[in-house]
Amino acid sequence: MTAHAAHAVVRFGLGPRPGEIAAASADPRGWVFAQIGRTNIPAALETMPATRVRQAMIAQARAQGGNAAVERLHRQEWRAAYLRDAGLRTRAMIESDAPFRERWVAFWSNHFSVSAIRPRVAGLAGPYEREAIRPHAWGSFADLLSAAIRHPAMLIYLDQAGSVGPNSPAGQRRNAGLNENLARELLELHTLGVDGGYDQSDVRELAKILTGHSLGNREEGVEGEFFFRNRMHEPGAKTLLGVRIREAGPDEAIQALRLLAFHPATARHVARKLARHFVSDAPSEICVEALARTFRDTRGDLSEMARAVVNLEDSWETPRGKIRAPNDLVVAAMRAVTGDAGYAGEPERLLAALATLGQAPFAAPSPAGWPDTARDWIGPEGAMRRAEWALALAERVAAFRHPQAVFAETLDPIASPATREAVRRAPSAADGLALLFASPEFQRR
Amino acid sequence: MIPVLSRRGLMLAGTAAAFAPRLAFAATERRFVVIVLRGAMDGIGAVAPLGDPAYARMRGDLALSAGGPEGAFDLDGFYGLHPALTTLRELWTAKNLAILHAAHTSYRARSHFDGQDQLESGGDTPRGLPGGWLNRALGALADGRSGTRAGLAVGQTVPLILRGATEVGAYAPPALPGLEGDFAARLGALYAADPVFGPAFAAGARAQALTEDVLGDEGRRTAMGRGRFDGARRASGRLAQAAGAVGKLLADPRGPRVAALEVGGWDTHNAQGASAGRLAAALREFDEGIAALRDGLGAEWRRTVVVAMTEFGRTVRPNGTGGTDHGAASAAFVFGGAVAGGKVHADWPGLAERELHENRDLRPTMDLRAPIKRLLADHLGIARAILDRDVFPDLAAAPAFRGDLIG
Repeated sequence: MTAHAAHAVVRFGLGPRPGEIAAASADPRGWVFAQIGRTNIPAALETMPATRVRQAMIAQARAQGGNAAVERLHRQEWRAAYLRDAGLRTRAMIESDAPFRERWVAFWSNHFSVSAIRPRVAGLAGPYEREAIRPHAWGSFADLLSAAIRHPAMLIYLDQAGSVGPNSPAGQRRNAGLNENLARELLELHTLGVDGGYDQSDVRELAKILTGHSLGNREEGVEGEFFFRNRMHEPGAKTLLGVRIREAGPDEAIQALRLLAFHPATARHVARKLARHFVSDAPSEICVEALARTFRDTRGDLSEMARAVVNLEDSWETPRGKIRAPNDLVVAAMRAVTGDAGYAGEPERLLAALATLGQAPFAAPSPAGWPDTARDWIGPEGAMRRAEWALALAERVAAFRHPQAVFAETLDPIASPATREAVRRAPSAADGLALLFASPEFQRR
Repeated sequence: MIPVLSRRGLMLAGTAAAFAPRLAFAATERRFVVIVLRGAMDGIGAVAPLGDPAYARMRGDLALSAGGPEGAFDLDGFYGLHPALTTLRELWTAKNLAILHAAHTSYRARSHFDGQDQLESGGDTPRGLPGGWLNRALGALADGRSGTRAGLAVGQTVPLILRGATEVGAYAPPALPGLEGDFAARLGALYAADPVFGPAFAAGARAQALTEDVLGDEGRRTAMGRGRFDGARRASGRLAQAAGAVGKLLADPRGPRVAALEVGGWDTHNAQGASAGRLAAALREFDEGIAALRDGLGAEWRRTVVVAMTEFGRTVRPNGTGGTDHGAASAAFVFGGAVAGGKVHADWPGLAERELHENRDLRPTMDLRAPIKRLLADHLGIARAILDRDVFPDLAAAPAFRGDLIG
């Protein structure tokens, strides 16, 4: 039964904290189910400022010193804000007593990825996840999509805020035009998937539908926040996926997003990504179809989707072959060594480790988000860096965490004889912990 | 074309395989580097067709002027090189740079991810071929026992272009102290039976040994003890740092012969600019990387060919936000001491409305794989039959590239 509980905690959680496997052992499936629908915000995230506070920083800088001041802000306070957010989010994951919920939020945050690689986005990425993703993660996919697309971080990251209908009043006056970036990624990445049956004309039509989704200015009273600006909106009817959408200002996007959110291709696309994330790099068609069916039957109810993922036979039968991405590896190690012994792990060091291992928080390399298969993470250099990081962490922790104690709370129910022996026979506590963190079982889930 | 004389060639031509040394040798002393420009470089912005009558009108604010420090460098009376590309300008003058324009894979949709898949796999459909064309080319070079010696991926993972049956090494500017011998041996033993970590760790350990041998402490020093988080910042000069180290590794007699690097920053949907802006910044980082690679290679530069290519180009007209959206054909660069350059190879399709692909993009008139195939044959000496069968199986029936890229 303990092995079953360890499987649940490892596969669906963020790596066991001391006592977590024991707590799950009476009812492993129930341990996961109890986290579905829990909406409370982790304590660490409550101190993170709201989007509007961050946007006010930009507005104030611009009012005082124009674009030069904004760029200066980007390099200084804005960047510091990003680092604080990244630290808070990492801490929330390490401390969480609802690790499946944190996995679920992170999955959707990555699905609707914005990236701090764009400096203007850096100070918004944390608030975006908390305000646009987290509140909808157990709700309907359509609401989540709608919230993600309208958030300033997304409007900036995918260049929507300045996209102008060529025949709109604003377009006529200053010869401005469409930017199709968000429209394309919305179809390719967020909803239908690249083979989902749309073409270039659908991209253009959706870009027209989205014109006007922008950020407000001071006169409009919502400076830096979402604002639908009618005079940027392309007039006339549009046709998306063969469906005619009558001219209706902001309601066009509501109709279009619902069309996309409930589309069967979206169900397949989301189902495949979930199965790949939680079960296997190459999930079976049975898994994908089971999840897609739930998505269709429940009109994208994400709590039902979470239950469906947990109820997949493959979630329990398929060996733990998923490689932990760097973020989840670092978090798992910290969860293993924190607790009453109290190694807090300074945020800067944690963030440096994440960057070195290739996954700085909120900094995915592209709008597709972080990749999610073994070969995306484990090459020769990736394997070496993980080993080096494991050793560096172990050397800091060894003074107050004994390898056998950590082993008992993490890998004991699931370790191979080779790993068990390697940890036991290690010449020092540091080597033992490093072998534990680097072991094939700890690297996987 | 002089046949490539190699130790392996001599060995095969010589006596018995029983005398083969334990170390394997790549079948060439030539160096070949591919730089993948991820995110769709605007080919018209990098290599401007100044002589096209529609250029200034269609490009609007993105058009470069001709000449002067802010303007394009006149290449041949028709094309002009972006002013940020100062190293490439030197290479052009030395006749060590050739440009391929209006070139493209056979991919015609506009997804970055599928476009890069086809660029790197070399196939006719996204996800149609499992590995990368450069790995398949390596298969013809390495003898299979020591692929690390032949191919090098730059970065923490192996990009698709180098994935496949032939093992490759990897290098990334290191950021952590190395592993001490006893621990590495214990971990190596623990990984021995692991299908993912086993081969990766073994290859990583070998690559690290070589790297430390060739680069000394230099690589390790760069980031050690840094402690400070620098993750999401676009580290300017990061390509130059990696490229310089890669040049040295390639130059070492025991080092790899083939390497793949990548650099992003090309997805200029807004604020693309002309002589200054996001595109100029990306081009500058790229150009600095080229200079570092050349300096790292030193004397071996004369035996080197570099190809820099992107998944597709961008719209000819600016979009509504001072940038460009995803397009079709782009430009590619072929340079190095072994290149017979000073020429833009193109069947120029024109920029006027009726000449565009779908009335928006530069029309592709050259399959990028054709000149690459010539390079693999002429520079690395890979047999035509292997190129047709293994490296570019989807291209076997297509006409050959007729330009000369190698002196």
